[in-house]
Amino acid sequence: MALEIDFKKDFPQLTRTVHEQPLAYLDNAATTLKPKAVVEVISNHYALETSNVHRGVHWLSENATLAYESARMTIKDFLHAQDPGEIVFTSGTTASINMIAQMLAPSFKPGDEILLTEMEHHSNIIPWQMLAEKTGALIKYLPLKETGELCLDQLPSLLTPKTRVLSLTYISNAIGTINPVKDIVAQAKECGVLTVVDGAQAVSHVPIDVTDLGCDFFVFSGHKLFGPTGIGVLYGKASLLASLPPAMGGGGMIREVTMTKSTYAPPPEKFEAGTPHIAGAIGLAAAIRYVQAIGFAFIEAKEKELTDYARQALKGLSGLTLIGEAQKHTAIFSFVLEGIHPHDIGTLLDQKGIAIRAGHHCCQPLMKFYDVVATTRASLAFYNTKEDIDALIEGIQSTQEVFS
Amino acid sequence: MNTQKLYQQVILEHNKKPRNYGDLSPRTHEAEGYNPLCGDHIWVHLNVEHNQLTAIQFKGDGCAICKASASMMTQALSGHSLDEVEVIISEFKRLVKGELDPDDGSHHLGRLTIFSGIWQYPARVKCAALAWHAASGALSQKQTVSTE
Repeated sequence: MALEIDFKKDFPQLTRTVHEQPLAYLDNAATTLKPKAVVEVISNHYALETSNVHRGVHWLSENATLAYESARMTIKDFLHAQDPGEIVFTSGTTASINMIAQMLAPSFKPGDEILLTEMEHHSNIIPWQMLAEKTGALIKYLPLKETGELCLDQLPSLLTPKTRVLSLTYISNAIGTINPVKDIVAQAKECGVLTVVDGAQAVSHVPIDVTDLGCDFFVFSGHKLFGPTGIGVLYGKASLLASLPPAMGGGGMIREVTMTKSTYAPPPEKFEAGTPHIAGAIGLAAAIRYVQAIGFAFIEAKEKELTDYARQALKGLSGLTLIGEAQKHTAIFSFVLEGIHPHDIGTLLDQKGIAIRAGHHCCQPLMKFYDVVATTRASLAFYNTKEDIDALIEGIQSTQEVFS
Repeated sequence: MNTQKLYQQVILEHNKKPRNYGDLSPRTHEAEGYNPLCGDHIWVHLNVEHNQLTAIQFKGDGCAICKASASMMTQALSGHSLDEVEVIISEFKRLVKGELDPDDGSHHLGRLTIFSGIWQYPARVKCAALAWHAASGALSQKQTVSTE
């Protein structure tokens, strides 16, 4: 397979320098770069096609509505959802999870249980803690093994008659574990438990089929899928979205408003109060079309090649310990260097034009599990090259020399 | 300023062998400094007698910049009157923000001027300043300080 496509023409940022060094962008788990196609679609919308949606009878408004609803259709196809009404635009993964927690809140009783895992991002912990505080629900955690895999043997005993919802990440943002989400969702469904899948890290690495996964909700952010910031998606099964109350009220989500009471529009509008991020939705659809044109067959093959190369190189460095070595693992590497704090590593790598993340990655419970305060994380995308990884390895060695 | 200048030998050496490290007993003041963004977490213990800082120690975990800054702070502040301590702390806080000229001879920072270029690394200013915020917090009876 031709894995040597040069993506520099599609992603101008790959050609820039930082501190007079060629950029090695290895912080894709934080946010991905945007291809020209996305930037141009957004720029064109604002320059020539600005108009609100679902409001005007004028041509520009109808045109914007068409583009916005076409974007919804593109996302429906990308996720393999059944109906565009199952696709709600939000501002991102965090907003999506908060909305789900708020939509479920009225049906929660004291003692109801929420099941999470020890590897969740704070955005899949705090909204549930807020729900628990409000309703008297309890949060339980599916524990982790040293390998960075979930203790699946403990799942049956944690799914009790009181469990109402299981919310877990598809791929760990901090250590790259790919969870067997389909099996976990199936077990939860058998117990009548609602399932939420945090797809923030998954969407750029693996093809998604929500119908096959069987989950009730699936959420992700546009900016981690080569799209703009400020746009995200809440997928919910049609029957659920029809019965759940909206998390926010406002314009665009109503059928009829009187001074005392209002009735709501059907989903997805019911969950999209206010003027949506129109340019964001259009930009996200452009990003998805770009990804579809490259294809996940290519993306997965290229990332496997890069991942194998990076893992071998990192393992060859003395004083470096990889955190999390799950059997199923994506192109995200967390590591610690003996005697050197991740922030010092981050600053020294930055001087060489290498962008990585240093910190707790919004996963403090996970850091606690591994008994570290912070790690250094390099996360790859399909446009990265072996040269980027070589630069990282050299950068780590020179950091070790500074501290020797 | 390049990183060679930032990660110069003095800082690396204090990181490796921090001075005045560990619990101080007896002590009259203490505070915890925590940067929730990066996890730098230190405790500063001080002993004040007759308006004089007779001893100061720190403990905790953080990056090289944070630990070296804390270690050098204990050396710079120990033995000074509280008025002098206040002046030195204020000068250091201005230095790391780029608001104090290290070449202006009127300050009292001595070797601490090696932190003068850190304002060019905005993400790291808080690392250098954490122990100092904790020390001033302790003296003003704030038990916990968080970098702003």
